[in-house]
Amino acid sequence: MSLLEVSDLDVRFALRQGEVRALRNVSFSLDRGERLGIVGESGAGKSVAAFSLLNLIASPGFIAGGSIRFDGQELTGLSDRALRKVRGNRISMIFQDPMMTLNPVLSIGEQMIECLKAHRRISHREARAIALHKLQQVQIPSPETRLDQYPHELSGGMRQRIIIAIALLLDPDIIIADEPTTALDVTIQAEIMALLLELCEKHNVGLILITHDLGVVSQVTQRMLVMYAGRVIEQGPTREIINDPQHPYTQGLMNALPQMATPGERLNQIPGSMPSLSNLPSGCAFHPRCGFVNDANGQPRRACLEQVPDFVDSGNCRVACHMVAEMLEEEQRLAKEETS
Amino acid sequence: MTTQVSTTTRWARFRDSYLLYSFKRTWSAQLCLAIFLCLVLAAFMAPWLAPTNPYDLRQIDILDSELPPFWIEGAVEHYTLGTDAQGRDLLSIILYGTRVSLVIGFGAVILQAILGVTFGLLAGYLGGRVDAILMRLADIQLSFSTLMVAIVVGAVVKATLGSSFYSQYAVLMLILIIGLAEWPQYARTVRASVLAEKSKEYVDAARVMGLGSRRIMFRHVLPNTLSPVFVISTVQIANAIISEAALSFLGLGMPETHPSLGSLIKSGFDYIQSGSWWITLIPGAVLVVLVLVINLLGDWLRDVMNPRLYKG
Repeated sequence: MSLLEVSDLDVRFALRQGEVRALRNVSFSLDRGERLGIVGESGAGKSVAAFSLLNLIASPGFIAGGSIRFDGQELTGLSDRALRKVRGNRISMIFQDPMMTLNPVLSIGEQMIECLKAHRRISHREARAIALHKLQQVQIPSPETRLDQYPHELSGGMRQRIIIAIALLLDPDIIIADEPTTALDVTIQAEIMALLLELCEKHNVGLILITHDLGVVSQVTQRMLVMYAGRVIEQGPTREIINDPQHPYTQGLMNALPQMATPGERLNQIPGSMPSLSNLPSGCAFHPRCGFVNDANGQPRRACLEQVPDFVDSGNCRVACHMVAEMLEEEQRLAKEETS
Repeated sequence: MTTQVSTTTRWARFRDSYLLYSFKRTWSAQLCLAIFLCLVLAAFMAPWLAPTNPYDLRQIDILDSELPPFWIEGAVEHYTLGTDAQGRDLLSIILYGTRVSLVIGFGAVILQAILGVTFGLLAGYLGGRVDAILMRLADIQLSFSTLMVAIVVGAVVKATLGSSFYSQYAVLMLILIIGLAEWPQYARTVRASVLAEKSKEYVDAARVMGLGSRRIMFRHVLPNTLSPVFVISTVQIANAIISEAALSFLGLGMPETHPSLGSLIKSGFDYIQSGSWWITLIPGAVLVVLVLVINLLGDWLRDVMNPRLYKG
């Protein structure tokens, strides 16, 4: 059994104009030490998924259904006290903006020691020693002085290293990294990702990496999910998805990479923008933007307009697309005819 | 050893701070702090500084009453600032009275701050029903003026426990009354900044670390909301001293046997027409100077603590 198993997760926000479904039927799993990427545009529900894993969605959001099993324990419906034992201790999280995630009025040491003391019964001296050790692990120059410094005295890259050190503080089983490098400049991005990857491999820590950077996902993760409008639309081994994306949306994302464009031409982009979650199109949420919505006769496929696609297995990947399903059926039919 | 490191860095941080930098360059702040410290020191050293003990009835001679201060004809050398209507040495009684006023002012502000900061923090951080109840309480509290609360509480206490009980515990009663009447000022300010702080990512990060609400509120959010608290504290101390003086002037505050600046002003007020103006005006001047320097210090502190007001 996997370390983390999420099945049919359904998250809603109760707004004045009615309930908005931010996540629908999201299922995935993570093995010990495995690294999973979650990819999608802004508003696809990536961050909501991350927060709901720790049951930290702020009201008016709530988990309406589904289950999150971590190490054999069901996390949904757990009391706040019991959840606090998991948060930070067994699953920790790294946020997007290192400028904002550290408390400006507490020194680095105080923040780290406090986190340790909240979960373990240890003395101040022991906690300080552990904090120092973790700072050394994230390769911060002169860690001893950093402990007494305040966040504003450190650079962005250094702060993100400290945040990684805090995430590793209690030797968690899983780290959720929500766009950990978006706020940093490119050279430091690479350094931080390399550090995170190295530490996860060394300590056998599972990583859930949320990002819209397909390059980072392909370098770091073993499996990936592609999300669109609150649903998972394609999942499988990262290499296979990157090399041969099945879903038209994933293909669009790959095409939109600057490397895929001809120099001097405009970049390829997916026409239109992500629909509002409160006003989703019928059928497949992607159909208004999809280039493959028409069938062989040039007419829009009725299924795409009316029916939410189910997952079909294509090789090692699972894809939710009527077009792919049709193609697979066609292939199977041809294969059958050949054998008969 | 670790504590030594942190104290030296703390001192170094203070030495390099904008607070000290600005203080060194603002002569009004230096002057105000100097006057304020002089007044506070003089007030709290009153038992050693004052020529007589005004609380000791044996040292008072009614025949010495209404003697003028030293620069006026008819002054007695022994009484530098003259005497009041009961023959008490005015200098001594002003020193003792300033002490009473300061104790009530600071005491009331500490009480206000404890109540207001706690309620504001709870209301802002927990939100929802707690917020609604606490803030409506604050609104109700604000709709009564301090004077009205004082009159009602004073009347009830005097009626139930007797006026000798009231005058015995007058300092505590005044602290309680002024403290209870003004806590919403703190609660509102703190709540507003907690609401702003709550949505910052470090609060999410603290929750992700698995810290409990209480720890997040008091360890993480509270220190980030303290600078407006410091600023309103100065104004509130001045206000509390004035409130106390007003209550005493109306006869609802300190008894004449144990006067504060306000009750001194009141006791002298009856004699102002008969030429003994000093009994009222000298304590009045001390009160004005005390409140003025506190307010000026508060203004300076507000300018320093609000980065948007930095003057280039």
